[in-house]
This record gives sequence, C-alpha cells and structure tokens, in this order.
Amino acid sequence: MTLLYNARLIDPEAGTDTLGALLIEDGVVREVFENPVDLQQFSARTQIDCGGKCLAPGIVDIGVKICEPGERHKESFRSAGRAAVRGGTTTIVTRPDTEPTIDTPEMVRFQIERAEDDTPVNVLPMAALTKGRMGREMTEIGFLTDAGAVAFTDCDAVVADTKVLSRALTYAAGLGALVIGHPQEPQLSKGACMTSGQYASQLGLPAVSPLAERMGLERELALVEASGVRWHADQITTAAALPILRRARTAGLPVTAGTSIHHLTLNEFDVADYRTFFKVKPPLRSEEDRLAILTALIDGDIDIISSMHTPQDEESKRLPFEEAASGAVGLETLLPAALQLVHGEYLTLPELFAKLSLNPARLLGLECGRLTVGAPADLILFDPDLPYVLDRWSLASKSKNTPYDLRRMQGKVLGTWVAGTRVYAGDEA
Amino acid sequence: MFEHRHLLGIEHLKPSDITAILDRADTFATTPDSRAVRKDSLAGLTQINMFFENSTRTQASFEIAGKRLGADVMNMAMQASSIKKGETLIDTALTLNAMHPDLLVVRHPNSGAVALLAQKVNCAVINAGDGKHEHPTQALLDALTIRRRKGRLQRLTVAICGDIAHSRVARSNIMLLGKMENRVRLVGPRTLMPPGIEKFGVEVTDDMETGLKDADVVMMLRLQRERMDGGFIPSEREYYHRFGLDAAKLSHAKPDAIVMHPGPMNRGVEIDGEIADDINRSVIQEQVEMGVAVRMAVLEMLGEGRG
Repeated sequence: MTLLYNARLIDPEAGTDTLGALLIEDGVVREVFENPVDLQQFSARTQIDCGGKCLAPGIVDIGVKICEPGERHKESFRSAGRAAVRGGTTTIVTRPDTEPTIDTPEMVRFQIERAEDDTPVNVLPMAALTKGRMGREMTEIGFLTDAGAVAFTDCDAVVADTKVLSRALTYAAGLGALVIGHPQEPQLSKGACMTSGQYASQLGLPAVSPLAERMGLERELALVEASGVRWHADQITTAAALPILRRARTAGLPVTAGTSIHHLTLNEFDVADYRTFFKVKPPLRSEEDRLAILTALIDGDIDIISSMHTPQDEESKRLPFEEAASGAVGLETLLPAALQLVHGEYLTLPELFAKLSLNPARLLGLECGRLTVGAPADLILFDPDLPYVLDRWSLASKSKNTPYDLRRMQGKVLGTWVAGTRVYAGDEA
Repeated sequence: MFEHRHLLGIEHLKPSDITAILDRADTFATTPDSRAVRKDSLAGLTQINMFFENSTRTQASFEIAGKRLGADVMNMAMQASSIKKGETLIDTALTLNAMHPDLLVVRHPNSGAVALLAQKVNCAVINAGDGKHEHPTQALLDALTIRRRKGRLQRLTVAICGDIAHSRVARSNIMLLGKMENRVRLVGPRTLMPPGIEKFGVEVTDDMETGLKDADVVMMLRLQRERMDGGFIPSEREYYHRFGLDAAKLSHAKPDAIVMHPGPMNRGVEIDGEIADDINRSVIQEQVEMGVAVRMAVLEMLGEGRG
C-alpha cells in the first residue's frame, strides 16, 4: 500500500488537474484524495512526496516496434522496457513488422513470454492482418485473438489487393477484432521518401503526393463502411485526409485515428541536408499539414498520439537518404515532445493525456488511462517543465535514431509505476 | 576570395563566387593549346575521381583538368570495387580518407550522397553529380559558354527544355541562372516537371513555342530513360513531335539564340541531328571544351586552400 501525496493529479477522464493524493493498493488505485490529506492517517504506509509534480496515468503507446524476433541488435524487450519506463509509457502495443512477421499464435505467445521475462511494463502484441504482411492471405484472426493479439495490422505494408483487404476486414468484423490501417495508396507511394513539393524537388528526392494518404484512407473507409469492422488509422498526417475522416466519423462509422508525435512536432524542412534521422513513414509533411493535424488533434478528429517507435541502428541510417532505413525511436521522447503542445498552449495536460493514455486504452478496451478508483495503478510522475538538451546517446533504446538529438526539451519522468509497483525512480545517474 | 571548402552545389554559392570561378575558367579557356595552359598549381596534390555511376565525358573532363594542373589523378571505378562487396559509402569514404587525398571528385546515383561523403573526409570534395540533386560544374560550364557567346550572364532569357524532373543539370542551372538574374523558362510535359517547380522563380510551360519565344539560349536536356521508373511519356516519337528541338520550333527563339545540350544526346528524341550539328547555332562542342576549363578553375581554387 502506497500513498502518493502532494501531487498534481492529471485525470484525462474527468478532465481535471488538481492537487491531491492517490492511495494505491493491490495494483489498483484504491482512493483519490483532494488536497490536503492528513498524512497521520496513513502513517503505516509507504508515503511518497510528489513535490507538487504531475501524476498521470501511464502512456499507452500503440505501434511500438520491438525488434524481437529478428533484429535484437536494434531493440530487445529489455531495452524497450527500459526506454518505456524512462519515457512514461506503461503499456506498449507492439507492431508485428518483425523478422519474421508476427502472424501465428505461437509468435504472439513468444512475444508475450519474452515481454513477461524482460520488461516491467505491460506489453500487448498486435498481429499481422495478412500472412507475412504479404497482402495475399489473411492470418488466423480468431486464433491470434485467443493467443492475445489486441489488434491486426500489416503496418506500412498496405494490402494492395482490395479484394484481399475486403475479405480480411469482413472476417475481422465478424470476430469484433480491431484493425489498424496505414492510409496510403501503395502504388503512388512506392519508392518515395519525401512529401512531394518544392523542397523535395530541390533535394532531388523521390516523393509522394500528400493526396496518396487521402486516397488510401478513402479506400479503407469504404471497406469499413461495407464490413462494419472496428478500424483505426495509425497515422493521419495530411490536411487532405481530414475531410474524409470527419465524414466517416459523422456517418457513425466505427473509426478512430492516430498520428505520430513526429508529424505533430516536425515538418519536411527538418530533413535539411538529407538528415536520415528525419526519414519516417509516411514522410514528414509541409508546415500547413502539420498545423492542420494539430488542429484536428485539438478538435478531437484525431484521438491518439503515438511514438511510432522504430529503432534503426547506425548502419542503416548512415546511408544516402534514399537508401537509409525509415523510422525514429520515440518511446523516451514521446512525452517531452508532446509537452511542447502543452507549453505552446494548444492542449491542457488532461487533454494531452486523453490523447496519450485514455483514448488508446479505450480503443483497446483497457481499464488503464484513468486516475479513477479501481483503475490499474499504471502511473507516471513527471515534471512538465524541467529543461534539458537531449543527448541521443543517453537514450535507453539500443538504437539512438531520434530526430530530437541536441534539441532543447522540457519535461522529464521522475517515476513510473506499473500495477502499483515502482519500476522507475528517476535518473539513477 | 573563394571561401568554400567543397563544391557540393550551386545552392551555396554567391553570385560573386560564380563570377570568380568563371573568370578563372576564362583564363584556361582562351587557348585551345593544352601546352599553353599547362600549369603546376596542383603539383604534389592527389586527386581521386570516384564515380559510382557510369560517366565518360565528366570523368575524362575532370581527369584532364587535374592533369593539366599537375595533380596526381587517380580514377576509381566504384561499381567494380567495394560497393559490390557490400561496403557502405561512409566506410569507403573513411578508407579513402586514410590515404590522404587532397581533392575528391564524386558522382553518385543518390541525391545527397556526395554531401554525406564530404562530412566524413578531410579533403576538398567536388560534386560531379548526385542523383537528381545537383551537378554544379555542368551549370558552371554552361554559364561560361553562355557568357562567352552572349557577352554577359544576366538579363538573358533561357529556355530549359525536356526532362526537368530527373535532371540534376536542370536544378543546378535553374539556381545558377536565377542567382545571376536571368529569366528562366522550363518547357516539358507535365509528367517531367517536378512538383512545386514554379516556386523556384521560373516560368513553366508545356508548349515549346511559348517557351522558346524570344529566348537567347535554348538548353535541351537528355531524356533520362535510365532514371524513369514508369511511363512518363507515351512514346519517343510523340515526345520528339511535341518537345524535340527542330528548326521549326527553334524559329520562335531569337535569331541569334544558341542551342545547348549537356550530352550525351539522343538524336531524334530530344534534338534534331541537324540542329545539334549546326555550327552556327549549336554550342554543344564548346560546352565540352568549357567543361575542362571550368573544372580546372574549380580544382585550382579548392586546391589553393590546401597548398
């Protein structure tokens, strides 16, 4: 039994930011107190003075790549777990785009076992929608669900054959499964590593029109309408996709949308002189698109912010831009980067944690993401203002490919609890 | 004073840098006699030409330029060597760097690859063409040719025609001609225009007559069939009909307009053979000649910093 007192309680469900205390017991929140609490009353229990810092539900990060199996030198369950607790993520929802693909119940069980052995946080695996993410045959969605897969996605390998996609979505709908799509017209975006426009033309890099996202989204949403499947867009990153998304939501389709922290905080110009740490999928967009996505996030058209954590080793990034691997690590930088939106007064802290914790938890049917009595005690204590310059070599991930290297950041995690157990107590160094 | 350590593109050059290079190149271009221009300003310096992409004329031009200035020139055919063994570009660069070259001339099929390499070596790096990005010495030799023929390098109307999308020559030329305050028109089918190109301060048209009207310079680009990953044009004959430079289309330009082409040419695709060989209009051979002069100037100016 632990009492966390003198804390700013950030509750995204109630939308409140109040000084108070939490009593946690048996892995759940037992009681919530408005300040002040009489500490005498709890003298028998462990007491932690939060020093007036923020206590919030831990982040639920959908779309994290842990490179087990296959590329453990890029990220293991152990290193990802360490990165997660330091970054304030208490639930990792993993992507199946490993080598080999997570597309059998055995593979899902392997991931769950590895996670239990090596990570202090909750790990919920997603499985592929089609075998090998090849877009030809659907996976055993029923067995995979039984084994513990929480959602189905082929990640950036968009199912090009519409008939295959249609059947997979229809089958998934029958099981009530959640499908996560990557809205992108696959032919148009083939080989592209930038968003088309003046800047990509100047750099002479192969680029894709931002309209490819809208086209991909329209196709998927038509199939959602036909099948009734629960569907979530992993990353909406362009202004052109937003009217399509809004129309589907207004029509009452079971659709939600996410975006990546990178698309919310960076734009195409960050690529500058071919900096490969800024090569992500989909590519970084124009500033107009970034602002449109930010507005959609504020307005609630976009529900979730993810890190899209994609570890890549030095070798695969130290290449000419076109040949370099895509992706950026994000587990540890998601919160400080997202806090820019709070410091810029675009969102309040409870609103931010709705995007980071509550909404993804609800999408997956999890009890966490709230500070309510009875909710799992998956908590983070953080100082939203603490300034520092990010040094990528200080990251716990095995791969250090962060686009925020040497940037001034604000906000640091001071403590992390998973099911009431403290798994991180701030920088030990 | 030329303050740059490398020549990676036109983008980073000031108009005064461009003029300085052209002035220096002019001193090498005044005589066709190679003995008269032979100097030993690069004597004792090592120049390595690293071409990760096939090239005949550019590589030969750089080799001759270096040799005329007394440099020890070495050519490395990169396709045949370490690339095949899976060595990365940066490893190759570090290996070469350990041999302490002074001047590195690099061509690479990926945009930005030459700049990446330049970050990892101590010597002066010259971009001899990177992907679809830049080919600065080509733009400089084009500028020198224009300046010598037209007597100036400003207030000219220059039509650049053809495959703009896949052309690093076009990008470098657009930047150089813009910096020197010329009017640049781009002519070609819309499939071969890079998106957003109109924001580069150029006029864009898909009609040759409009594009060539009263032009002082007509610059034809090669149809880069090897860089195309799909059908950008329906056929070469339709392309030639609409965009190939022939006497009828050229008649819309000024009577004294010069015709340029960076080579190698596809006769009957983007240019009529007779126009290409017309010594009154075509300066294509002169461009090749100016290539050596410009590369001598660039090598010497970068080499001076290393004396």
